Amino acid sequence: MKFISPGELRRLGVLGMNSRNVDYIGAANERHRFPLVDDKLKTKRLAQDHGMRVPKLFGVLSIQHEIQDLEKMLEGLERFVIKPAQGSGGKGILVICERRAQEFVKSSGTVINLRDVKRHTSNILSGLYSLGGRTDVAMIEDMIVFDPLLSDFSYEGVPDIRVIVYRGFPVMAMMRCATHASDGKANLHQGAVGVGLDIESGFSVCAVQNNVRVDTHPDTGIGFKHLQLPHWQEILNLACGCYEMTGLGYFGADIVLDKYRGPMILELNARPGLAIQIANQAGLAKRLQAIDRLETVDRSIAERTELARTMFAQKPDQV
Amino acid sequence: MMSSKLQISLVAGLLIAVGLGLTLYKTIELDFPLLPGEKQDVWTLESKITFNPGDGPVEIALALPETQAGWVMLDEYFASSGFGFSVEDDAGKRQAKWTRQSQEHPTTLYYKLQVYRADTSGLGASPVPSVMPPELSADRRTAMERVVSSLRERSSGPVSFTALLLQQLAQGGMDQDAAFLFDTREATDLTVAMDVLSFAGIPSQRVRGVYLEDGRRRQQMSTLLEVFDNGSWYLFDPATAKPGLPDNFFVWQRGERFVLDVIGGTSSQLEFAIVKNTLPVKTVLSMEQQAGDKLMLDFSIYALPVEQQGMFKGLLLLPVGALVVVLLRVMVGIRTSGTFMPILIALAFIQTSLITGLVIFLTVVSAGLWIRSYLSHLNLLLVARITAVVILVILIMATLSIVTYKLGFEQALTVTFLPTIILSWTIERMSILWEEEGAHEVLIQGGGSLLAAILAYLLMTMELVAHLTFNFPELMISLLGVVLLLGKYTGYRLSELYRFRYLRKDWQ
Repeated sequence: MKFISPGELRRLGVLGMNSRNVDYIGAANERHRFPLVDDKLKTKRLAQDHGMRVPKLFGVLSIQHEIQDLEKMLEGLERFVIKPAQGSGGKGILVICERRAQEFVKSSGTVINLRDVKRHTSNILSGLYSLGGRTDVAMIEDMIVFDPLLSDFSYEGVPDIRVIVYRGFPVMAMMRCATHASDGKANLHQGAVGVGLDIESGFSVCAVQNNVRVDTHPDTGIGFKHLQLPHWQEILNLACGCYEMTGLGYFGADIVLDKYRGPMILELNARPGLAIQIANQAGLAKRLQAIDRLETVDRSIAERTELARTMFAQKPDQV
Repeated sequence: MMSSKLQISLVAGLLIAVGLGLTLYKTIELDFPLLPGEKQDVWTLESKITFNPGDGPVEIALALPETQAGWVMLDEYFASSGFGFSVEDDAGKRQAKWTRQSQEHPTTLYYKLQVYRADTSGLGASPVPSVMPPELSADRRTAMERVVSSLRERSSGPVSFTALLLQQLAQGGMDQDAAFLFDTREATDLTVAMDVLSFAGIPSQRVRGVYLEDGRRRQQMSTLLEVFDNGSWYLFDPATAKPGLPDNFFVWQRGERFVLDVIGGTSSQLEFAIVKNTLPVKTVLSMEQQAGDKLMLDFSIYALPVEQQGMFKGLLLLPVGALVVVLLRVMVGIRTSGTFMPILIALAFIQTSLITGLVIFLTVVSAGLWIRSYLSHLNLLLVARITAVVILVILIMATLSIVTYKLGFEQALTVTFLPTIILSWTIERMSILWEEEGAHEVLIQGGGSLLAAILAYLLMTMELVAHLTFNFPELMISLLGVVLLLGKYTGYRLSELYRFRYLRKDWQ
């Protein structure tokens, strides 16, 4: 078993959990703003108010009694997603990609009927998928048709792009690709592949699965080497805009690329994990300190992304 | 950010300095020993007098103990709410007297004393009472004569006579004659024995006192029997016929005088609550010296009532356990289920002993998890589900106790010390964790909790730690300072040195 010395970690500028909690989350995020991002419905409404692109919200169910109106709500919807507003780890998300008369086709190909959809919604409301079993609300929103450019990089799930934003600057980014091992979920600790992305260009820097470097996707066999994300500037703008929207100083923005509508905010996270450093083979603390050293922070979104792109440019062969 | 860090450092530094300063002051000026060293058991007896008052004035007299047989009194304290109170000298014996013109409700009076046994010398000399043969009817007299002569035949002197007599009474193997003697008024082993002894012309007297057992409440006064032979007294326990003074018997009074006398009241009772503190000899000695001016003791835990002292013994250990958890989580990066669950588990281990506690804990939790996995299919409301788990845990604990007891392991009965609610919550959390994160995470967090609990247990059971926390509670102030500093620790966790190992240059 090998360890890295604290000295080397410090030299690499790696951010540790204690420092993240005290110096960044604790110092930059006001406690009362947390509910804005912990509840996906609140985040979505806030984003809509600020004119940010989010997957379209078709409806919300908050009490069991409303489930009988579900059929009416789903009328005319060819594809949709039902998910809990406070779910965690991608649990409880029902993706319907096709409708055949009275039947619904799940993204996995399974065919279910209206009763199954109703039961799933009822389970969401009773808190089956929420942390600690609290009662929840169910959101019905548009299904994301992900950009065909990315479809080979993810297995049975939507790949999303996580951007860490500190005081309005994008400091680090990665794409999270679901794998068979992660059961279609995009969580790194469940076995998803994390692809570090260069802030300047959106090129892939490095890819890791379970902390170990990989060159190709374990299920689709596609190499990550020549991956470059489209709409990169737009992705960064969207992520940075959430700073003004939420007032949070340190957060992670999860962004998806829709084939038709482009980058959209999926959700925000006020306690983003540290694994992004492994995917980028680079330390976060270094970059956060660089932001702290900037003299004027009060800049427009365009100025901030521009500055970040020059500050954190990273050549793939550099690592 | 800098200023908050500086502020914390200043406050923490101050707290640490205050705690250490007070400790130092107590060590140097007041002679509290820093290290446990040689120990002395100090017993605190709380005598409780209860009675129902009559219509007129009430007067309660309590004979106070004469310290003898190596017992030394450190401190005594009387509580006399609304009563006139005095300590009087009655023919060379001290007695406490409470008086009041009228009293309407049943009431309770307290007398608290702290004693320790400096040496195990026996009882000294005592005036020999004159022997008054009991007055008996003719038939009882004949029976008595037969009992005495049969005992005389088999014994070599008054001491062995008494021993034989008491053995016979204790074992219940009485012949018809002795049985006949019992067939009177309110004869007890003791009164019969004393009658037989005085009939045989052997001087005897009662020795009243209290059997000291730590944590006992409602302890009654007990009586030993003392016989005089050839210039010295010999003690016997009338219940077991064992000779000699038991080590844990605190002698209250020798002779036939009353101990408690209540005039103007009925149903009077004398009961004792007893707590043992094991203290360093040096502390005991300085307590003895300063028994008069108790300034120092007024500021220590010893100033508290007996029951609270016992409670504080455990309570003062909690911060030590909490420190272990903080260190493990902040410095090492171990994940535990529930922030301070490990301390509560450690507290339970203290009651059950480590191995037994571990085995019981693992059994109950795994059985509970298994059943809980069924409950989760039923999709119950949270409160109902937890209540169901609480009931299940109690059932499992009862089953475990009964089964192991039948198998002959009495140790498992300590299962009741494991707090039920804690166990239930552990099961509930673990079960949710299992569903949400998988068995792997349950093992990590469960293992982390147990590791933290074991470390906390090992630390909390260290003699030095128990000594320091109880005798120097001000060290907690220093501990607070340390915890504040830890709360601002932003360095790497030990686990992160492993997590980020692949960032090493030489890897790839």
